[in-house]
Amino acid sequence: MEYAIELRNITKRFGKVVANHNINLGLRKGEILSLLGENGSGKTTLMNMLSGIYYPDEGEIFVNGERVEIRSPKDAFDLHIGMIHQHFKLVDVLTAAENIILGLNEKTLVDLKGVRKAVREICDRYGFVVEPDKKVYDMSVSEKQTLEIVKVLYRGADILILDEPTAVLTPQETRKLFSVMRNMREDGKSIVIITHKLHEVMEISDRVAVLRKGEYIGDIPTCQTNPQELTDMMVGRAVRLNIDRPQAENVKERLRVEHLTVKDVEGVKKLDDVSFSANAGEILGIAGIAGSGQKELLEAIAGLQTMEPESRIIYRESDGKEMQMNGMKPIEIIKKGILLSFVPEDRFGMGLVGGMTITQNVMLRSYRIGKSPLLDQQTPKKLAEKIVNDLEVVTPDINRIPLRRLSGGNVQKVLVGREIEQSPTVLMTAYAVRGLDINTSYTIYNLLTDQKMKGVAVIYVGEDLDVLLELCDRILVLCAGKVSGIVDGRSTTKEEVGLMMTHLGKPSEKELEQSKQDETIAEEEVEA
Amino acid sequence: MTQFISLFTTAVSFGTVIMFGAMGEILTEKSGQLNLGVPGIMYLGGIAGLIGAFLYELNNPNAVGFVGMLIALVCTLVASAIGGLIYAFLTITLRANQNVTGLTLTIFGSGIANFFGGSLNKMAGGVGQISVALTSRVFCKTLTITEPLGVVHKLFFNFGYMTYLALIVAIFLSWFLNRTSVGLNLRAVGENPATADAAGISVTKYKYLSTCVGAAISGLGGLYYVMDYINGTWANDGNIEALGWLAVALVIFATWKPLRSVWGAYLFGALCWLYNFIPGLNRSSQEIFKMLPYAVTILVLITVSLRHKREDQPPTSLGLSYFREER
Amino acid sequence: MSIKSEPLIRISKRDGMGRLKSWLIRLAAVLISLIINAIIIYMIAGLNPLLVYKEMFEGVFGTNRRMWAWIRDMMLLLCIAVGLAPAFKMRFWNIGAEGQILVGGIGAAAIMIYLGSAGLPNWLLLIIMAVVSLVAGAVWGMIPAVFKAQWNTNETLFTLMMNYIAIQLTSFFIPIWEHPAGSNTVGTINSVSKAGWFPSMFGQMYGLNVLIVLLLTVLMYVYLKYSKHGYEIGVVGESENTARYAAINVKTVVVRSMTLSGAICGLAGFLAVAGADHTISTDTSGGRGFIAIIVAWLAKFNTLVMILIAALIVFLDKGAIAIASKFQLSNDVSNILTGVILFFILGSEFFINYKLKFGFVNKEEKAR
Repeated sequence: MEYAIELRNITKRFGKVVANHNINLGLRKGEILSLLGENGSGKTTLMNMLSGIYYPDEGEIFVNGERVEIRSPKDAFDLHIGMIHQHFKLVDVLTAAENIILGLNEKTLVDLKGVRKAVREICDRYGFVVEPDKKVYDMSVSEKQTLEIVKVLYRGADILILDEPTAVLTPQETRKLFSVMRNMREDGKSIVIITHKLHEVMEISDRVAVLRKGEYIGDIPTCQTNPQELTDMMVGRAVRLNIDRPQAENVKERLRVEHLTVKDVEGVKKLDDVSFSANAGEILGIAGIAGSGQKELLEAIAGLQTMEPESRIIYRESDGKEMQMNGMKPIEIIKKGILLSFVPEDRFGMGLVGGMTITQNVMLRSYRIGKSPLLDQQTPKKLAEKIVNDLEVVTPDINRIPLRRLSGGNVQKVLVGREIEQSPTVLMTAYAVRGLDINTSYTIYNLLTDQKMKGVAVIYVGEDLDVLLELCDRILVLCAGKVSGIVDGRSTTKEEVGLMMTHLGKPSEKELEQSKQDETIAEEEVEA
Repeated sequence: MTQFISLFTTAVSFGTVIMFGAMGEILTEKSGQLNLGVPGIMYLGGIAGLIGAFLYELNNPNAVGFVGMLIALVCTLVASAIGGLIYAFLTITLRANQNVTGLTLTIFGSGIANFFGGSLNKMAGGVGQISVALTSRVFCKTLTITEPLGVVHKLFFNFGYMTYLALIVAIFLSWFLNRTSVGLNLRAVGENPATADAAGISVTKYKYLSTCVGAAISGLGGLYYVMDYINGTWANDGNIEALGWLAVALVIFATWKPLRSVWGAYLFGALCWLYNFIPGLNRSSQEIFKMLPYAVTILVLITVSLRHKREDQPPTSLGLSYFREER
Repeated sequence: MSIKSEPLIRISKRDGMGRLKSWLIRLAAVLISLIINAIIIYMIAGLNPLLVYKEMFEGVFGTNRRMWAWIRDMMLLLCIAVGLAPAFKMRFWNIGAEGQILVGGIGAAAIMIYLGSAGLPNWLLLIIMAVVSLVAGAVWGMIPAVFKAQWNTNETLFTLMMNYIAIQLTSFFIPIWEHPAGSNTVGTINSVSKAGWFPSMFGQMYGLNVLIVLLLTVLMYVYLKYSKHGYEIGVVGESENTARYAAINVKTVVVRSMTLSGAICGLAGFLAVAGADHTISTDTSGGRGFIAIIVAWLAKFNTLVMILIAALIVFLDKGAIAIASKFQLSNDVSNILTGVILFFILGSEFFINYKLKFGFVNKEEKAR
C-alpha cells in the first residue's frame, strides 16, 4: 500500500508535558483518514508537525516514501501538504484574494486578476463559493473556512489536513463540506480530518486512527468498526455515557429575561428580543451554533453588556420579591446582594488572571470584602487549598506558580471551583468542559447537578448536543441571536434541537422527517 | 508673501526631517515592530554622515563635494541600519520589550552622536567649528535654471535634493506596501504574524528587513538635518531628538500611510515655526507657540481614537513579539 | 524532496526558572556589558581597561561629597522609577515622566520664588512646595489617563507629547524668572535666604532626600503587593475584561493609578528643585524620566529591586562623567555606556524565559 505520509516514532514535548509519544501513523493516497481523539489527546500537535508549525523532538516523517524535514510552513507547502487550522489563519483586513496569494510571491506585483480566475476554476471544480474581493472581517465562519480550503488548494496541496472543521458549522454546512471532501478524494487528494465527533467519523472517513493522551492506539477501516468500539479506543475503557439527571423539588422562577436586545459596536444585533426564565433547581441548557449570541446573553445578565432600553432582566428572590437587574454594573449587582456566579468562555481573557497564582485568582471575587485597604491573604489561601483538595487540582504550589502554567483542565477546575464556592443563587457556565478530559467533564457535570439540587438556577451553555440532552432539564435554542424555542430536555431529540439551531422556530413533523432521511442517505453513502 | 514663503521654506525643511523619520517608522511598524528608537537612529544617521564627510574632507586636500555626499549617504544608511539591527536583534531574536528597547536605543544613539559630535568639534577647534562645507554644499544645492520663475522657484525648487528624495521615497513606499507581493506579505506579518508564518512567509526575515531598512530611511532624516538644515556642522541642541519624537507622532497622524505623512510632515514643520510669524510675541510667550506641533499630535491621537475607523487602526500585532511555538 | 538538516538552534519556552539562577544570568549580563564598556572606554580614552573601573570607582566614591552626589542622583532616579511602578504594573506606558517631573519642578520653583520672602517657616514652605508639585504632576499624569480610560487613546504617544508641552512650559517661565536678567537661566533661587531649600539632616545635605525616597519606595512596595488597590492594578494590567468581570471599575483604576504615578514623578521634580539643583531649567529632568522607565521595567515593578538597578545606573553615569572630565571628553559618553548595559540586561531576559537547544545533527548519519 502506498503512503502519502508516514510518521515514524514521532515524539513532541512542551516543557514537561509529552504531547505526542512515539507515534507511528500512515496516510494512504486517496483516502480520507479520521484522526480521532479526545480534546488534549495530541491530534492537533501531531498534525502541526506536518504543517511546519512545530518541529518534532524525535522521529521521522516520510512523504511519498521519502524522508523529509518540515521546518516551516513553507516546507510543508513545497511537499504539497496543506492544513486548515481550527483557528483560521487569515488576515482580517485583507481580501479573500489577497489572503490566497499571501506569501507566494509568484509575481512582483499583486496579480489580483490572475487569482480571481484561478479561484473561480477551483470553485467550479469542487463546488465552492468564494467572493475574491470580500474582506475577511466581513465574512461568516463558513465563508472563512471555505476560503481556507481554497487557499490550500490554490497552493497545490495534495494532502489536506482539516482540524475540527465542523466545530463551527451548521449541520447543513457540514454536509456541504463533506460532499466537497468526497469530490477532492475522487480527484486523488489524501485527506486527514481531525475530529472527536463519532458520527462524523462514521460518515466521512475510510479509515480511523485513534490517539489517546498523546499515544497512538491504533487504526481500523471505518467499515469494520462501530461508534462503541471507537469510543472504547478513544477513552480506553467503556464509559457510562448517561449523565445522572435527578429531578429537583421546589422548582421556581429565579431569573426572568424579557425582550433582551444587544447590539455590537457596529450596531449589528447580537441578541434580538430574547425572553425566557431560569428556574432555581433546574439546569437550563443553551444550545446554538457558535456565535449565536450565547456570549452576549451571559454577559448581559452579568452586567457586562450594554443593552437596548426595552430589555428587562428581573431577579426574583426566594421570598418572591422582584428586582430589576438590567442596567446594573457588576459592582451594583454585588452590592444588591445578588450572588451571581459566571464561568465565562474565555478563561484567561475574562474569568482568570493568567499571571497570578491560584490564591490570587481565588480572591478575584472576594478581595473587596472588609474595610481595610490591605488585602486579606489568609481567607483566600484557605479557600484555594479547599478547591485544590476538593476538585483534585494538580499543582505544585498555590502561592507561587502563575495559573497560566497549569494545564487547561486544572485551570478550569480552579475557575469552576471559585464560582461554586461563592454559594451562588444563579450559576452561569459557558462551555465549562471545553478542552477537558472525560473524567474532569463528569466532575463538572456532577458539580452542576449538585448545585441544581441545592436550589441554584444553573444556566449551561454547551456545544455538545449529546451532553445538553442528557444534562439539562430544559434547553433554550438560539438561532442567530433569536430564541428559536425552549424544549424539554427529557423529551426532545437531537434532530429537533439541531434543526432549531439553524432554522428559527420549532420544526414541523415534515422537516424532522426530511432531516432523518438526509442522514439515512448519508449513511448509505458511507456503506456504498 | 515673503512671510509666507519663508514659513513655507522652513516648514518644508523641518518637515523633510520629520518625514524621513516617519516613513522609516511606518515601514518598521507595518511589520509589527514599534520602534521608539527613531530619535536615536536619526542621531546615529546624522553623526555617521557627518563623520564620514568630515574624515574625507580632512584627509583629502582635493576633496570633491559630490564624493563627500556619497560617502556621507552611505555612512548614514549603514549606521542607522546598524541601529535598527541592534533593536531588531533584541526585540525579534531575544524578544525583549519593544518600548523599553526603543527608548534605550534613543539614549544610546543620542550618546554616540553627541559624544562624537562634541569630540569632532574639539578636533576642529571649538564648538560649532566643524564644517564639511564642500559636502554640505552638494546637499544644499538648488536648481538655478528655475530662478527666473520667482515665487514659483522659491516655493518649489529652492530646496536641496533630499527634499525631493523624501517625496520619491514616500511614493515608492506607498506603491511598495499597496501594490507589490512583498508589501502584501509585510502587511500580513504586522497584522497577524501567525497567519503569515503559516502562509510560508518568514516572519523573522521580514521583521528584520523592515526594521533595518526602516531605520536606514529614518536615519536620512538625521543626515538631512545635519547637512542641509544646519549646513554641515554639529549642534548639541537636542533638535534631532525632538524632531525624532515628532516623526513617531507623525506615523499616527498619517495613520500608517506614507502619502499622508507628506502633508502631515509639512504641517508639523509649519507648526514648529509658526511663532516666528506671529507678531508681538516676546521671548517667553513664543515658547507657548512652540507647543503647537505637540498639541496638534495630541488632538490627532484623540480624534483617531474617537473615530475608530477600521482602515486607520495600527497594525494589529504592533508592539508584540512573535514566537511560533507559543502555547 | 531532498533531505535538509535539522535547524541548528531550537528555542522553547521555559517552565520558569529559579530566582537565584535568573539573577545569576542578569548578573552575568551586567558583567559582560561592563567588559564591553571597558573596551569602549579604552578605545576612546586609551585607558587601561583594568584601570577603567578603578577610575570610575574613585570618580564616584572618591570623596564624601562625590558619594553623596551619587546618593542624591540615585534617590532622584529611584523616586521616578517608584512613581512609574503603578503605571507599568497596569501596563500603562507612561513615557511622560519627564514632563511630570518638569511640571512638579515648575510648581516647586514658583512657590520658592513667589513665597520665598513671605516670611513663612521653611518647613511650611517645603510642605506647600511638595503639595503643589504633587498636584502639578498628578494633573499631568491624569490627563492622558482620562483619555485612555474614556476612549482608549494611545497613552505611549500622548504622554510622550506631554513631555514636550512641559518643556515648552518650562521655557515659557524661564524668561519670566530669569536671574540675572538676560542670562536666560533662572539661576540659583533664594541663594542667600535658602528659603525652600532642603535642610541638612543627620548632618548630611541630602539626608532628607534619602528619607523621603526610601519611605516612598517601601510604601509603594506595600501598596502594590498587599493593598486592594495594588491587586486591582495587577488585574487591570493582565486583562481589562477580567477586571470588568470582577466588578473592578477599570476607568477608575486607570485614572487613579496614573494620577498617583504622575504625582510621585511631580514630587521628584520637587526633590530635584528643592533638594538638589535649587533652580529650574529644561534639563531638570535630564532624561531621567526615560531611564527610570527602564529601571522600573527591569525591576518587574518591584520597587525594592529598583534600588539596586538605580544604584548601578547612576554609578555608571557618574563614573563615565568622571572619566570623561579627566580625559576632557564629552559627558555624553555616559549615555553610550548606559545604553550598552541596558541592551545587555534587556537581552538577558531572553535566557531567563527561553531555553536554547543546539541540534548537532550530522546530515549523513541521518540520511541512511
